[in-house]
Amino acid sequence: MNQRTKLSDIIYYSFVIAFSFLMLYPILWMFGTSLKPETEVFANAASLIPVDWDWLNYPEGWEGFGGVGFDVFFRNSLFVTGSVVIGSLLSCSIVAYGFARIKFRFRKILFACLISTVLLPIQIILVPQYLLFQQLNWVNTFYPLIVPHFLGGTPFFIFLLIQFIRGIPRELDEAAIIDGCSRFGVFWRIVLPLLKPALVTVAIFAFMWSWDDFLTPLIYLNSVEIQTVSLGLRNFMDAEAGTSWGPLLAMSSLSLLPQFILFLFFQRYLVEGISTTGIK
Amino acid sequence: MKSNQALEDGRVTPEFVENERKKRNRRESLTGYAMISPWLIGFFGLIIGPMIYSFILSFTDYDMLSAPQWIGVSNYVELFTNDPRFIKSLQATLTFVAIAIPLKLAFSLFLALLFNTGRKGSGMFTTIYYVPSIIGGSVAISVVWRQMFGRDGAVNTVLDAWGLNTISFFGNSTAAMSILIILIVWQFGAPMIIFLAGLRQIPQDLYEAASVDGAGTIRKFMKVTIPMLTPIIFFNLVMETINGFMTFTQAFLVTGGGPRDSTLFYAVYLYEVAFEFLNMGYASAMAWILLVIIGAFTLLIFKSSTFWVHYD
Repeated sequence: MNQRTKLSDIIYYSFVIAFSFLMLYPILWMFGTSLKPETEVFANAASLIPVDWDWLNYPEGWEGFGGVGFDVFFRNSLFVTGSVVIGSLLSCSIVAYGFARIKFRFRKILFACLISTVLLPIQIILVPQYLLFQQLNWVNTFYPLIVPHFLGGTPFFIFLLIQFIRGIPRELDEAAIIDGCSRFGVFWRIVLPLLKPALVTVAIFAFMWSWDDFLTPLIYLNSVEIQTVSLGLRNFMDAEAGTSWGPLLAMSSLSLLPQFILFLFFQRYLVEGISTTGIK
Repeated sequence: MKSNQALEDGRVTPEFVENERKKRNRRESLTGYAMISPWLIGFFGLIIGPMIYSFILSFTDYDMLSAPQWIGVSNYVELFTNDPRFIKSLQATLTFVAIAIPLKLAFSLFLALLFNTGRKGSGMFTTIYYVPSIIGGSVAISVVWRQMFGRDGAVNTVLDAWGLNTISFFGNSTAAMSILIILIVWQFGAPMIIFLAGLRQIPQDLYEAASVDGAGTIRKFMKVTIPMLTPIIFFNLVMETINGFMTFTQAFLVTGGGPRDSTLFYAVYLYEVAFEFLNMGYASAMAWILLVIIGAFTLLIFKSSTFWVHYD
């Protein structure tokens, strides 16, 4: 019995560790190659650790292309992502409170509408939304990337917060109302502080998705100076066209850095978030 | 107390109470609408309105230069009878979804079961396996895939070193499709974590009862684990299928739809039609067909669920 457990442990751990290596290989390879001099990128294509460490890929890539550097792209991405996070937190939490706690006419129907949009493919609104934002003169500005998030743009977050608010005892609300607190007061002073763990989850997912987003910037941001990191990286790839992989992979690595840092510190919230609601 | 004061003679009539209640309900209702108003504006202004507009546009020819021209169902007819690229994009997307999604779910279920055996360190490994799910949709990873599977890339270098034939991943339709499938399956961490959460919710006494009845490991797996997990399998299947149909970034950046449109996914072709050819009416028709296809698949999974999903 003991012998058998030991053997199965050995098989288990060797498989799981070998598979971890396979899973992380593309990421490690990206970091490794970003430090290789150009001659080594192809000569030593599969290796993870450079023979000669070449940090110069980073400053070279940072210069960007066409006179616009990655400092611009990072600033744009930080601004857009920061706004999206704030917008999502504000709008989704107050909407969730309204749905979870207040009885109003057509609530059931509107809630069904909310749930049905969770699974709505984005492709269906891509064209008409573009035409709408064009009418508003918002093409080539940050508005199309930010404004929808101030209007409860991610129904998933609202749903997640509704579930969380339902777990907070109603008596807290009622006691505060008897004490003369308004509904907004209850939301702001009582529910919002209790929502903190769920809000952290929302903030992290909003950050991750907005930072990663490629399709929206691709459609709306034409001028190079207002492009985000993801779009800038793609154009950098096209500009370099396979000639200088080192700087390209250096900037790829840098572009993932904010997500890695966030993941490192908040992975508990991410894992809890997806296991309770099933979001990606 | 307040309602008592409101009446001069100190008595409360039923009408008064009813009126007060109505007033309060109305005020409550207004507060409710005020609170959900951001979403309400977004829902009607950015989703329902645009959807109606898109439906109308799908019956027009609109190039953004001149006003939309009503052409009836011509866009739809054209798509199915006279657009080989559209048919190709349907084939590519269906092939991709039919292979990538079952594979992804199989991987995630298998590893969730493995991690559920309760050995030490499983938390750390689930974290590691989850990383690709977070960054897999990024441009950076698409850059990596392009280099790794390039002609002189990492994979071909290894194949060459082992004395095998190198593969032109971007010149061969099967190979191009395969690297996209690998890229999506690589991100199995998210469904895996959902499976793990589901596995932990299976009541332990079910296993004990099965043991008492003399069931072995395999029997317990088939008769307890799998049936109890079917709602989670169902959930993951719906989510992943819908996401699979919408795959864009990876196909757009890694293969660019090539070679010869063999990986021209639906979302990529729709993007081209709308934002490169500026054929907005045609693109709207495509969007509605996609909605119908995704709706049909979701309905199919829902309908079939009565046969295989176990609810108690």
